[in-house]
Amino acid sequence: MLFGQSDHMNSVGEGCTDLKREYDQCFNRWFAEKFLKGDRSGDPCTEMFKKYQHCVQKAIKEKDIPIDGVEFMGPNKDKP
Amino acid sequence: MKCILSSGFILAIVHCIIVQVFAKATKIIFFLGTMVKYFACVGLLRSSWDQVCMAFWQRYPNPYSNHVLTEDIIFREVTHGNCLVSRRLLTKTNRAPRWMEKYLPVTMARLAYIIEDSIVDPQARTMTTLTWNISHARMMSVEERCEYRMNPDNPSWTEINREAWISSNLYGLSRAVQEFGLARFKTSVTKTMKGFEYVLAKMQGETPSRTLAEHATDRARETALAAKEKAKDLASQAQKKQQFV
Repeated sequence: MLFGQSDHMNSVGEGCTDLKREYDQCFNRWFAEKFLKGDRSGDPCTEMFKKYQHCVQKAIKEKDIPIDGVEFMGPNKDKP
Repeated sequence: MKCILSSGFILAIVHCIIVQVFAKATKIIFFLGTMVKYFACVGLLRSSWDQVCMAFWQRYPNPYSNHVLTEDIIFREVTHGNCLVSRRLLTKTNRAPRWMEKYLPVTMARLAYIIEDSIVDPQARTMTTLTWNISHARMMSVEERCEYRMNPDNPSWTEINREAWISSNLYGLSRAVQEFGLARFKTSVTKTMKGFEYVLAKMQGETPSRTLAEHATDRARETALAAKEKAKDLASQAQKKQQFV
């Protein structure tokens, strides 16, 4: 995709892109207007995130992308 | 060594160090070690930490990210300590130089999967990211760690402390691969910073001036090229005409 054609990125799962964009939009608003300002009232994006994850995790399995068991901040643990 | 991450919103004169480190030198008979190239760099963005964090989630696509094909959040949680932890999965094109392709299996995918873990701490006002490739890691592994924090001299600017570890287990070629990896990494740092500036400018409702300037340069180049072609064309036509005279 060439820049200029779209302002958004595609998901790795071809069918998940719409769900991703919907979630991203919700997240960006929440992050700027609530999270960074210390407002800890509920996260309005939870349901969208669940739907999006359902789709993208399926795509990851189908494509055999090796993310299973990869520890959070994993490889950096043994760095000086 | 000094590296300059050019122009626009950053006046990033940054000090970088590159050293070869001997890591994990363990093998039974032969002393085989994995050489790791270490790279460190400080960058500056002329935007507040909050703005930079917001831009971080919106930085793709930008005119400098054509090699990034897909982007997904695959894990996200707010911790008890009120930190936002996320994992992003990126697909990028994976282009090796011609000399290296000889040694790679023909079936090797031209795509690379990248994981980018991050922690945003709104109390301490820090963002830490760790990015590394999960495909082709035996051939070349690049790990990058970035710390984003307020610039101590100017609270409305953000400082990025960047470190990278580049290694290769490709027998007999690891050094060459590392050199290539480091060169490519440095180019990608420049692109990342330009992409950031672009997105930040867009978010703040400014016209990303650098890009416009670049467009203008490209345009001028194209026009010059077109003129050259036209001139060639005219010349050959003139020559043909002469032949018929």
